Parts: sequence; C-alpha cells; structure tokens
Amino acid sequence: HMSSTLSVCKGIVVCSMLGLLDYTAEQREMLDPRSKKGLLAEQVRQPNPIRLRDLIRQIRSAKTAAEERSVVNKECASIRLTFREEDSVWRCRNVAKLLYIHMLGYPAHFGQMECLKLIASPRFTDKRIGYLGAMLLLDERQDVHLLITNSLKNDLKSPTQFVQGLALCTLAAIASPEMSRDLADEVERLLKSSNAYIRKKAAICAVRICAKVPELMEMFLPATRNLLTEKNHGVLITGVTLITSMCVQSPDTLEHFKKTVGNLVRILKNLVMAGYSPEHDVQGVSDPFLQIKVLRLLRILGRQDSQASETMNDILAQVATNTEATKNVGNAILYETVLSIMDIQSETGLRVLAVNILGRFLLNVDKNIKYVALHTLLKVVHQDNQAVQRHRTTILECLKDADITIRRRAMELCFALINPSNVRTMMKELITFLEKSETEFKAVCSSKCVTAAEQFAPNIRWHVETLLKVIIAAGNNVPDDVVACIIQLIAESGEAEQRYAVEELWQRLTVAPLDVQPLLQVATWVCGEFAHLLNTGETLRVSETEVVEVYQRLLWSSLCTSVTKQYAITSSMKLATRMPQATALVAKMVSAYGSHLDVELQQRGLEYTQLFTRFDSLRGPLLERMPPFERSRLRVSQEAAAATAAAAGGGAPIANGVQEHSNNSVSNASTVNNNESNALLDLLGGMDEQSTKPTSKLNDNATISNNDPVTAAGVPKIPGMNADILDLLGGFDTGHPTVSKAAIGDTGGTAATTVNGASNNILDGLLNNTNNYNTTTLTNNAINTNSSLINSTQPTTLTNTGDYGKLTAYERHGVRLVLSFERQESLSIITLVATNSSSAAITDFLFQAAVPKSLQLQLLTPSSTSLAPSASLTQLIRVNNPNKAAIRMKVRLSWSADGVPVQDQCEVNNFPTALWQY
Amino acid sequence: MIRFILIQNRAGKTRLAKWYMNFDDDEKQKLIEEVHAVVTVRDAKHTNFVEFRNFKIVYRRYAGLYFCICVDISDNNLIYLEAIHNFVEVLNEYFHNVCELDLVFNFYKVYSVVDEMFLAGEIRETSQTKVLKQLLMLNSLE
Repeated sequence: HMSSTLSVCKGIVVCSMLGLLDYTAEQREMLDPRSKKGLLAEQVRQPNPIRLRDLIRQIRSAKTAAEERSVVNKECASIRLTFREEDSVWRCRNVAKLLYIHMLGYPAHFGQMECLKLIASPRFTDKRIGYLGAMLLLDERQDVHLLITNSLKNDLKSPTQFVQGLALCTLAAIASPEMSRDLADEVERLLKSSNAYIRKKAAICAVRICAKVPELMEMFLPATRNLLTEKNHGVLITGVTLITSMCVQSPDTLEHFKKTVGNLVRILKNLVMAGYSPEHDVQGVSDPFLQIKVLRLLRILGRQDSQASETMNDILAQVATNTEATKNVGNAILYETVLSIMDIQSETGLRVLAVNILGRFLLNVDKNIKYVALHTLLKVVHQDNQAVQRHRTTILECLKDADITIRRRAMELCFALINPSNVRTMMKELITFLEKSETEFKAVCSSKCVTAAEQFAPNIRWHVETLLKVIIAAGNNVPDDVVACIIQLIAESGEAEQRYAVEELWQRLTVAPLDVQPLLQVATWVCGEFAHLLNTGETLRVSETEVVEVYQRLLWSSLCTSVTKQYAITSSMKLATRMPQATALVAKMVSAYGSHLDVELQQRGLEYTQLFTRFDSLRGPLLERMPPFERSRLRVSQEAAAATAAAAGGGAPIANGVQEHSNNSVSNASTVNNNESNALLDLLGGMDEQSTKPTSKLNDNATISNNDPVTAAGVPKIPGMNADILDLLGGFDTGHPTVSKAAIGDTGGTAATTVNGASNNILDGLLNNTNNYNTTTLTNNAINTNSSLINSTQPTTLTNTGDYGKLTAYERHGVRLVLSFERQESLSIITLVATNSSSAAITDFLFQAAVPKSLQLQLLTPSSTSLAPSASLTQLIRVNNPNKAAIRMKVRLSWSADGVPVQDQCEVNNFPTALWQY
Repeated sequence: MIRFILIQNRAGKTRLAKWYMNFDDDEKQKLIEEVHAVVTVRDAKHTNFVEFRNFKIVYRRYAGLYFCICVDISDNNLIYLEAIHNFVEVLNEYFHNVCELDLVFNFYKVYSVVDEMFLAGEIRETSQTKVLKQLLMLNSLE
C-alpha cells in the first residue's frame, strides 16, 4: 500500500512538471475504482462520440488529402474536448480513434495521459488499448515513465496471464534504463514462471533490460540457462535470443555460455532428425526459425575457439548436407549454416562444402538466393579466394542480371576475384559491364578498373589499351585522378605504346562527341605531347591543317569545359613546336584567347602569345618533350577524387605549364648546382613567404599523408604552388626568367630531399617530374624513389629479421590495427594490418601518421582502402631513424562504416625498443 | 534485430507501423515515405531486399499490400522473408481470408498479432497454431 501511495505522489509531481495539473484529480480518481463521478451528467451534455468504425469510414471516404485533414482535425478537436471533460466511458473508444489517426501520420501525443489512465483501468479491453497506445505513443525518452512503471508493476503481478502478457509486451517495447532497474526483479521472477506463454515474453523483456542496463545481466544468468532445457519451441527461441544478445554484449557472459554448446548442438540435432511435427513445420522443414537462431548462437560461441568449433563441426556438416534446398526456408537455413561455417574455426572440407553451397545458390533461379550468395561470397572471398574463383563464370553472368542490387554485388565480387592469371578476361567483361551500366556505377567501376589494371597488367601495351577502353566506356563519369593516371602511364611507356596511344586517341579525337571531357583531355594531352608521331607513322599521316582544325573545333565548342580547353590550348602550343607548318595557325588560334572571358584561358592565351612574339626563342626549349614521370601511385577514393577535382579545376594544366618552364630552366641553366639552388630557395622564401611555408612545414614535422598527391599534405601545398606559378609568370615579363624559374625547380628539388615520400609525391602530382633537374640530390637519398623502395623491401643481407613481436596499436569502432616490425640498419619497416571486426562494410579507409622531427617516415600504398567485414588490409610504413631516437607515432584514422564517416586518432608509444637500440 | 515493421498499400497509406527503435515522429513519417518510394518501384524481376540507410528492408507484396521488415545488415534476409509469410498466413487464418479492409478496420487487432509473433525486435513465437490460439483467447476476453 505504501508503495502505491508513493507512486501516486510521484505521479502528481510529474504531472505538475509537465504542466498537466488538471489531470491530477483524475489521476487519483483513476486509482480509485469506486468513483463513478458525473458519468450520467456527461452523457446528457454531449452527443456520443462517433465509433471507431465510423471514423475510419469517414476518413476513407475523403476524396482529397485536404478533406481527410479536415475530418481528422475535427475529430481530434472533439477527442480533446472529451479528454478534458474527464469522461471515462468513451476513453477507450477515443484513444482507439486517436491511434488510428496517429497511424495515418497525424500528431496524437496529447493522448499519452489517456493511455496511462486506460492502463490503470481494471477492464481488459481498456488495458489492451491503453497498452497499445503506450507502445505507439510513448518511447523510452518520455517523462511519463514514473506513472507507467507502477501500473506495469501491478500488472506483472496480475493473476491473469493475458494482463501479465500485455505488461511484459509493453515493457519490452518501451523500457528505459530506469524502468529496467525498477522492474528487473519482476521479469526475472516471470522468467521462471510455470506458464510458457509468460516465460517467452519475459525472456524477450530480459533482452531489452540487459541491453539498457548491462549490469543487470548477471541476475538473469541462472534462469536463462534453464530456458535451454525447455521442450517448448517458443521458449527455446526466445531463450536462445536472450543468450545471443548477452554474449554479443559481454565477453564474460560469452565465456559463461561456452558450456551450452553441447546443449545447443543437441537441440539442433533433434530439429534436424525430428520427423514431421505439424506445429512447427514450415514447408517440410522443422522450425527453421529456431534452427537459424541456434546456428547464429553457435557461430558466436565458436568464433576463435577451436574446442567449441570442433564440437559443432559435425552438426554443421549434417545441417549443410541434409537440408532440403528446393524452398526458401531450406536455403535460409543453408545460408545461416554457411555463415557459421565460415566464421568459426571449421575444417577445410567443411569450408569447401560451404562455398559450394553458395555456388549452387548462384545458379538458383530465385533472385533472393542469388543475392545472398553474392553478398556472402564477397565476405568469403578474402578468406578463401581459390574456392570462390571456381564460380567465376557464374558470377560474371550475374553482371547481366536485371536487378541492380545483384549487379552491384556481382561487380564488387568480380573486382575481388581479379588476379594476374584472369585479368584479361575479367577486365573484358567488366569493361562491357561499364559501358552498359547506369551512371551511378560508372565512377566506382572505372576507378576500380584503373586500380585493378595497375595492379595486374600483364604488360604496358595491355595496360594502355585497357585504360583507354575504360575512359571511353565511362564517358564523363570518370574520377579526375583517372585522367592523370592514364596520361602518366602513356608518358612513361615506350615509343610503341605511345604510337599506339596517339593513333587510337587521334581517331577518337576526330570523332568524339565534345561533351565527354575526360577522353578529350587525355587525347589532347597525348596528341600534343607526341605530335611528332601524328605524321611519321606508317598508317597515320595527318596534315597540320587537319590537326589545327580538330583543335579549333574543340576550342570553340561550347560543350567543352574550361579545363578541357586548358588542356587543348597547352597541347596546341606543343603542336606548334613539333609541327612547324602549324605554327602560324596555332599562333592565330592562341592569340584569340587573349580576350577570353574565362580568366584561366585568357591568361594562357596572353602568355602563349608572348611565346610567339617577344620570347619566340624560348618557345622551342620551353615546350620540349616531357621527361618520363616518376611513378606516383593512384589512390582511387572518393575523397581523393574530390580533392583532385578541386586541384584539377585550374591546377593540372597550370602544373603542366610550370613543368615546362622548369624543364627549360634546367636545360638552359644546367650549371646551376646545389649551393646555388639553396641560395635561390632563400631568394624565393624572401619573395613569397606563403609559397615556402608548406614546404618548411613538411620538413619540420615530417607529417605525411597517404603518399598521395592530393590528400592532407597535398592540399595546403597547392595554393602555394599556384603562387609560385604567378611569380614565375611575373618574372617572365620582367626579364629575369632564369632566376625565378630555377627557384621553382629547386623548391621541388629541396622538398624532395626531405626524404619525405609524401612531398615527393606532391611534386609528382603538381610538377609531374622531380628528378630530372636535380637527379643527384634525389638519388643520394636512401628512400626517395618508389622503385628503390620497392626493391629494398625485398629481404636483403641487411635485413634484421629478428622477432620484434606484434603490437596492437589501435582497437576501437570495430577496427583493429596490428603492427609487426623488421629492421634494416636504421630503417624500420613496419607492416600495418588493419582488420575490420565490425559487421559494417568499411570504405575510404585512410591511415595517416606523424613521427618526431628526427625520424623520417614514409607510408606506402595500402593494399586496399575498403574492408569488408572481417577482412584485412596491409600497408607498409617505413621509418628511417639515423639518430637512433625512440620511435613514437601519432596516428590519425578515418573511414566510413556503411557510409557513416568515422574519424579517430591515437598515439603509439610502445614500439619495441630493439628497433632503435641495436 | 528488427528495426521496424511496416504494412503499406500501393498508394503509400500506412496500414501498420511498428517501431522497435526510437525515432521522432517526423523521422518516422520520413522513413515511411522513403520505404514506400524504394519498394514500390521494384517488380518481380527484383530481389525482395533493399539496402536502406544502414539497414536493409526485406519486403513481400501480397496483392496491393507491401509487408516490409527493416532489419540489421548482418541479419538473415531469407528467414525474415519466411517470417513475413508466416505472419501473413496467421493474419489470413485470423481474419478468414484477409483483405486490406480487415486490416484497416481492425488495426488494433493487427497490432496484437504482431505483438504475439514479434517482440522488442525479436521473433517470439513462430507456431501458427499457438499464436492463433492465444489471439482467440484474447478476443474472448473483450
């Protein structure tokens, strides 16, 4: 009695807090069943509210949304009125109507209090609607819980199982942490009830309570274990659910329930062996729902536990072989079994069996089955590539499926399956797919094609051919870095490939639609750079006027973007030096751009005109052939693509310009030596502080991004470079070209000597060549060029393969980073393995690190940037430590888990000391 | 676990909305509209699964009604497909050859069918006979 009085008081407090004081009188009345205050009087005053059925009819007969709204508003007003009049005979009917209105999407929260009153009513019908209303209108965030907790407590003690059932049901739906604490005892008591109907509801209630307040888990443990000895399937399924949710939440509980593996195996065996039982039969399969719950729990218990895994091996094999696969139910069980087999430490034979089941799924006519097969193979492919390879042809077929979700899965899987031996056929299929695919696929697919081609190309000719096909097939939906990548590839390939590229691209350039930018950009770049191949080939003989005509068409077209025109105009300049007869035509064409509305183009126009007039003598040397680029790796992520887009907006063609100038400076002033260049760097520093800042920052901190020209470290560099370029061009006019140009060249050179892979690559990106003018400084450096890096990762005599152990550097948000070490003299090679332990698919994974000044750090390209659940990627980190200082590292991580961006950082201070004390 | 269960007709009218996760009312309305938009454009040549935000929707169409269950990405799509069918069979038995109007006029009963079969986002009872028996007893108490 005490407690009920107390809760009434609490109720009053809450009501007054909510400004609902007028309900408090009624609140008291509600708890007093004898009160029948004013019932008759109410009925006289007001016409009876319409019935639920009639309201539904009225709403349904409304012809327009506005009409419906007006019916609802009118009814809501009348419901509010009756609520205010404390009339209790119609409360149930009114709340029911309100719930219907709520379901249609109208606000109904003014009914919350009425629901609580109904719950407190002794009539079952009232309670039923009241609890339904509470489930629909309340959730754990509302303040009315003190009121409902007391009613729930009373009803949980009710002698009627249906009242208990309703209360349990509601508690499971809306329990907040406070309610969970208040009512956990009651639920635990009911978990041991003799009534199966109550036990199963209590079990699910316990799931909710343990999720809200994990400390309460312990009190449920004994009762929970007993649930597994039940015969009743309903209780079993809820019991298994409860154990599963407890195990997922707490590793200790997981250990506790390891003991139940035997029980679970027996339950599953009984289900598989049992004959027909009408009560639980679903299309000839005995309780598939329970089977799946048990399989899932077994998976959680068997994960990373060889003993538990061994116990369940046999039953998994049995389920996998005995389950009828003609119907969806059977396949559902097989699917769950496959997941369990792949997740626990199962025998090899069993794993092959599992992948073969998925192979059979792929051939199924049912799309749903096909879909889950692809989805699962995608998870499995990282563990067992060979087994999945066997189903390659079937997977390729799925690329042509009518359902977009199947095509997407198939595409992802195809890329995961590419290896050196199948790259030709796979690429052919994927390019056909790329051609026909929807726009939303093209960007991702073309990026992946480029990465795969780079990784597995059997030869350069094939690589060039493939990339050209990709860019043609993808149209405008190519990330910008793909353009740079193709240009680079062609530039560094041999003459034969270049000739092929020129022929191919010239053909394209003459016929290509002018609204497809990436192809035009590559084509103009290549045709300009290798213009001499246009009329020296055996098959290709193009006259100068023809070339200029094509360029004119492009430059005057309104379909081409400014960037494409920038490519074209620079390219035409090169044409003019490579094809002397075209000079006059090009000069005329270029000069017209001196007054173009686009500032970039106008500037190009004016500058290049200068090269035809005042500085005509410089033109030849300035526009000489580009030296082969140093290889910069491609990272195809959206982020990178976006950054490149920003940079390419005006950066890329300008960078071309700069590099030509710096070429010239080197060829002209080849006597410039190191000392002088340092002086020139100082000079540049004095001239433009902004431009040197980013460089010096890189020197000092050795902060490195993912050896990618366009991420973190690259971005601040770009404005600086542009400033340099402006200086350069300014210098041009004032008649001191050599000084400023050399300064630019040497900014590059000096930055590269910071033994800093990132800055090296930044320059790759912007200048496209770093080593041509200052080769000595670069090659002096232990870890400057990527080729030398790759070579030196091979074990050499210097390698100290001593065991330094492994170090888990980071483990949060479902991502684990494990470092292992190797040392070659002062150079530590750290292998980073990042594993996705969550169930979310991780994309755009980016690892960034910084080390103290005395160390030099380089990050190599990661093996991937995306991580399927339980997949791993590796990345090499090289730390040069000539001073034998203690290694410390600051790490910044970012990724998106199922599209949700995550960012985190940590510091690693516990590197093995043997790395520097030797 | 199940995040929400929706029954909608082809025009997008909600016939049942059961939420197992906290959403604000506006959010709920938005979800209802989004689900309707992604589900109704699909036809027989598509799978019964749609990736949806960070979850997935398993749906089945019966005449003009779409039964949609939103579950976690790691859940078994196929068994939820079966769960929907099980649920519809119970409805069919309970309302004797169920049609959309039955669900409209008896919406609160449909909620109790859901509550008998699912609870707090978990499958609770799968035996049709048992569920029906309980439902009939509930009715007799009215």
